[in-house]
Amino acid sequence: MSNSNTYDSKNHQGTGLAKRIIPCLDVKDGRTVKGVNFVDLRDAGDPVELAWQYSQQGADELVFLDITATHERRKTMVELVKAVARNVNIPFTIGGGINEIADADILLNSGADKISINSAAVRNPQLINDLAMAFGKQFVVVAVDTKAVGDKNLVHLNGGRIATEFETESWIKEAEDRGAGEILLTSMDHDGTKGGFDNRLLRKINDQISIPLIASGGAGNVQHFIDVFHQTNVDAALAASVFHYGEILIPALKEDLRTHNIEVRL
Amino acid sequence: MVENKSIDTGSASTTPKLLGIVNYGAGNIFSLTAALDRQGIAYEMINSPEEFDKYERYIIPGVGHAGAAMQKLAESGMVPKIKGTSKPVLGICVGMQLMTEFSEEGNAELLGIASVKTCHFSENLKLKIPHTGWNKVNAVPDNELFKDIKPGTYFYYVHSYFIEFNPTFTIASTDYGIKFSAALQKNNFYGVQFHPEKSGEAGEKILKNFSEL
Repeated sequence: MSNSNTYDSKNHQGTGLAKRIIPCLDVKDGRTVKGVNFVDLRDAGDPVELAWQYSQQGADELVFLDITATHERRKTMVELVKAVARNVNIPFTIGGGINEIADADILLNSGADKISINSAAVRNPQLINDLAMAFGKQFVVVAVDTKAVGDKNLVHLNGGRIATEFETESWIKEAEDRGAGEILLTSMDHDGTKGGFDNRLLRKINDQISIPLIASGGAGNVQHFIDVFHQTNVDAALAASVFHYGEILIPALKEDLRTHNIEVRL
Repeated sequence: MVENKSIDTGSASTTPKLLGIVNYGAGNIFSLTAALDRQGIAYEMINSPEEFDKYERYIIPGVGHAGAAMQKLAESGMVPKIKGTSKPVLGICVGMQLMTEFSEEGNAELLGIASVKTCHFSENLKLKIPHTGWNKVNAVPDNELFKDIKPGTYFYYVHSYFIEFNPTFTIASTDYGIKFSAALQKNNFYGVQFHPEKSGEAGEKILKNFSEL
């Protein structure tokens, strides 16, 4: 047996598990939206080509959010999921419009590694239990959009437009108890600001749960990624525009993270 | 499904090293077949024991619950064929766990090919479970399955149960609070706990290596 366990002593978290960097792609009618200005892209709107580019750059995982509002969406999305699975050799999550077991089943059988549910879980929390029972908890990501209201953090729906009465901390705990395998937490207060992740809330939540936590909302520069991993010990950080517009390049980001003693896959 | 899609020409007899995927209904195999397609590795699905013998190597996939997977495998009627074969077999994730004697998941009796157990990560370790993401794998020197894979290469994991480290069977290990079997081998039987079909180029290399054993 190889005795090369030298990384144990170098890794402050002591697990060897790399922190994940996750680009998020918004998809509408089978095409990515939000401008993407990579060089060398034949078609910036093609989610499959983008996904492949990100996998080549060293992204650890991808999230596709389907923001299509039409009834045709499922068919389009299934074709997209299959195309991504055929061409991309890293894991990916599909979110948006998953309301029942059948929605998840067809995505799983098309090659999705995980599905992400948000408002459907708030409206029907039992859905988390049902999905975990049917497919295993590793398949079920519960996405939570949170916003500070007074001195409380409340779960919001529809991209932060609709407040619920659910307190974020207790909702996430409930989601874990019901069988969520991972939490994707987006701070609506930080999202779009490019002012950094909501590290205080992320650390609080991270300390309360024993399933992986993905940080989302607020990434504007490399230092924000260093800060979120140093200050919160979350498992992954997700961002969209800073990657799409080439403001942060994943290989350089990972080099910087490693320089700061954060375990990443290079 | 993409069943048999890569086998457009010729019969099994003209492709002597044809790979059979044990198709016993335990989870999605689209990503696995896609990875095999990308590597140009020909495969077919094995749906019944009668079809088993014509293949030269086998993959046992698997996600989800080990106890439930074992039940499905037993119902497929392929257990005696698997246990009796001397051709290369690769179990992936739960497919690897099936090769052990017992899993704490559902307290299930498994194939018992290797005399090791599948355990749950202890809550005392204070780890995030499922073990989700990319972790380092260190293989023993000169194992053909890990040919041209550098020590410390990252592979993608997502699992809550692991196979204990065992000096006899473990051919690659990963540390996640505890050192466990990233891969094991007993004679012609190989297993990997990570997902080669999702582990980038390194994962594809594992599949390629297996197809050339």
